[in-house]
Amino acid sequence: MENERRAKDRLEQRGVSRRDFMKYCTVLSATMGLSSSFIPKIAEALAAPRPPVVYLAFAECTGCAESVLRTTYPWIDQLVLDTISLDYHETIMAPSGEAAEKSLHDTITKYPGKFICVVDGAIPTADNGVYGMMGGKTFLEIAKEACPKALATICIGTCASFGGLPAAAPNPTGAKGVKDAIGINTVNIPGCPPNPINFVGTVVNYLLFGRLPEVDDKGRPLFAYGKTVHDQCQRRSHFENGEFVTSFESDEAKRGYCLYQVGCKGPETYNNCPTVKFNDGTSWPVQAGHPCIGCSEPDFWDKMSPFYKSI
Amino acid sequence: MGQRVVIDPITRIEGHLRIEVEVTNGKVSNAWSSSTLFRGIEILLQGRDPRDAYLFTQRACGVCTYVHGLASVRAGDAAMGITIPDNARIIRNLLLGAQFLHDHLVHFYHLHALDWVDVVSALKADPQKAADLATKVTTAGWSGVNDFKATQARLKKFVDSGQLGIFANGYWGHPAYKLPAEVNLLAIHHYLLALRQQARTARLHAVFGAKNPHIQSLVVGGVTCATDLTAERIAEFKFLWQETMDFVNNVYIPDVLAVAGFYKDWAKIGGTQNFLVYGDFPQSAKEPDSFLLPRGAIFKRSVGQVQPVDINAIEEHVKHSWYEGDQALPPARGETKPKPGKLDVNDRYSWMKAPRYKGEPMEVGPLARVLVAYGKGHAPTKKLVDGVLKKLNIPVDALFSTLGRTAARALETKIIGEAMEGWINQLVENVKQGDTKIYKDFEIPNEGMGAGLNDVPRGALGHWLQIKDQKIGNFQLVVPSTWNLGPRCAQNKPSPVEEALINTPVADPKRPVEVLRTVHSFDPCIACGVHVIDPQTNEVYRFRVA
Repeated sequence: MENERRAKDRLEQRGVSRRDFMKYCTVLSATMGLSSSFIPKIAEALAAPRPPVVYLAFAECTGCAESVLRTTYPWIDQLVLDTISLDYHETIMAPSGEAAEKSLHDTITKYPGKFICVVDGAIPTADNGVYGMMGGKTFLEIAKEACPKALATICIGTCASFGGLPAAAPNPTGAKGVKDAIGINTVNIPGCPPNPINFVGTVVNYLLFGRLPEVDDKGRPLFAYGKTVHDQCQRRSHFENGEFVTSFESDEAKRGYCLYQVGCKGPETYNNCPTVKFNDGTSWPVQAGHPCIGCSEPDFWDKMSPFYKSI
Repeated sequence: MGQRVVIDPITRIEGHLRIEVEVTNGKVSNAWSSSTLFRGIEILLQGRDPRDAYLFTQRACGVCTYVHGLASVRAGDAAMGITIPDNARIIRNLLLGAQFLHDHLVHFYHLHALDWVDVVSALKADPQKAADLATKVTTAGWSGVNDFKATQARLKKFVDSGQLGIFANGYWGHPAYKLPAEVNLLAIHHYLLALRQQARTARLHAVFGAKNPHIQSLVVGGVTCATDLTAERIAEFKFLWQETMDFVNNVYIPDVLAVAGFYKDWAKIGGTQNFLVYGDFPQSAKEPDSFLLPRGAIFKRSVGQVQPVDINAIEEHVKHSWYEGDQALPPARGETKPKPGKLDVNDRYSWMKAPRYKGEPMEVGPLARVLVAYGKGHAPTKKLVDGVLKKLNIPVDALFSTLGRTAARALETKIIGEAMEGWINQLVENVKQGDTKIYKDFEIPNEGMGAGLNDVPRGALGHWLQIKDQKIGNFQLVVPSTWNLGPRCAQNKPSPVEEALINTPVADPKRPVEVLRTVHSFDPCIACGVHVIDPQTNEVYRFRVA
């Protein structure tokens, strides 16, 4: 009862109608592969007191942070003001310098073992980590200090998960994913950048069940990374029929044939891009006529390239 | 000797930036800009397939997503000797235009506004007065009294929860905040609206580019979105464009002007001397003559005398950067290797190099573009700029300032946004006539050279590609933020941001919100600014400049 009332209050406070709210709960539960009976429970979980979250940015491009800003179920303002307490996030937080560092410090000391640590970007480890500094400390030092104190560390993007771009050969800065750099277990939401719904779905899983989602051997939540892109692709029937694009200039390209022969890495890539799509379901790479580059797989910059060469 | 103040990290930017200033008698008397992250993207590119370059370089930055991808495929087109089909040029322009719309909107509301807007003060506002004020500055339908009441209630509940999240430890109540409570409420209401608008605006990229951030429909030779040249898809793009332009015209620009009216003293603070623009948005295959945003250079604020750009007069200095050597060299002959060291503002203090044009630091970006277009008599720019100066009752010189930089960004959003409609119509016309060509096939040459010169939201961006044995022999980026936010050069001339910070008032060195205003007015984007090249030879290359 108490929860329901709180949920109602928060809905009003959000200025969203109950219908809108239920809609995004429906989309989330569909993404997470939950039955519709969970929908009211998701609504309830999202209305609980806000868990503290710190978002650390290391050797990254801010693409993952931008991706989270594109969330539409819920919208980012709902996520940040009503769902979680985003206590540290360099891209959007108000304070800078010492005041910003205080925000990070406050949450780590006030909520030990209770805050969620989200990391984007790899951790440079060569030359004692000197290639990435913030507030006079190396990223390596900051990660060692913050991550082990968190309830859980969620790596957003392939760089934090597996090293990603800075770790591509010859890896000049000795960049590593968080797990490899500091030896802790992480939940990994890879992609370059990942679909925000996979990140939000992971957070909701925690709010709903009090635990993080089931993951594969690479730390990736099964609800999002359980099947290959190829197995879910809208162009799969063209593959089966032997109908292939051989040049981006061809009639086959205009007919939307299979991109396997121009380098698509869909058969070796685990992700839900074809079903969820990006930016509120607007499109995804294969729909836009471009081969999948395998961006949610470890070492894809080296193992999946040259990108326009068939596997 | 004044008091040293270090701000590290500078937040609400892309990447990792440290600013150190010396404050004497309440004003900045010296400044140093340091970039503190090195990733080495050019090193990763050596020996790879030249067609793959754009996928790597686009990851130079996820805020200015797309633009490095575009620069790289343009360098690739030039190296392969391709003229891309008309539709590919239009679609690339539309995607770049969409990036400006999105990027500038997010910059103003989510990266810059909190330097001017006191969130906590909005709690004291009278929603009715805020609505009356909104009626005066805009005809938009999202700012009635109930909207302001709801936002204020939501904010109050948020503050009362004691979990202040991203607003915790802000400089609230600082004497440099000058807006009345009602304007603060108006701005924070629009801050929240803009958070949703930006997600919708980003869909513009997804329509022809698969996704945002990091679109995936570019290729050397054109674009790949062959099945998206349909009436529904073009209409979807046009609708999203129209929705964004409504926001730009009815919310963004009125807000910039409303806020600027209370901060006119910032029209005298934060200026620089020289400006460089490569220009962009080719409206035919003829470049750079057909650019919407013209190419040009301005020295010593002589807006009436815009100079042509000599691309061979660019040199990069490393005397104050963590690289070996201290010689200034043209980008093509750069001989640079990382040499991590101690941060010492009297010696080496940044991973960025210091590019100079004819030996001078040059500001790049929206203000440079608006000044060059204004100086060249570009009619829409002249009309807009003159209108704003008249409205705010400030002289042309006021453009050389922190406020001028922020206003120029808003004005060019409108100029570019309005031009996009014509490009959408051209695309419709071409498709209607049966022209759906978007790609040109090519062979990768054994040896080749190409440059892509671009002007992107943060300024002049150049990519240089050298092909050797059909692979990438050398690749390098000279990016906007190295121009604006690099360190001093070999002659110890400060970079634009280091110069602009001089004389900035600092009321409380422990809460230097005024410093943030000028730094953020450049829209720093740091990850891409940090690069290194590792050329095999010292040969002078001649670039084909796209």
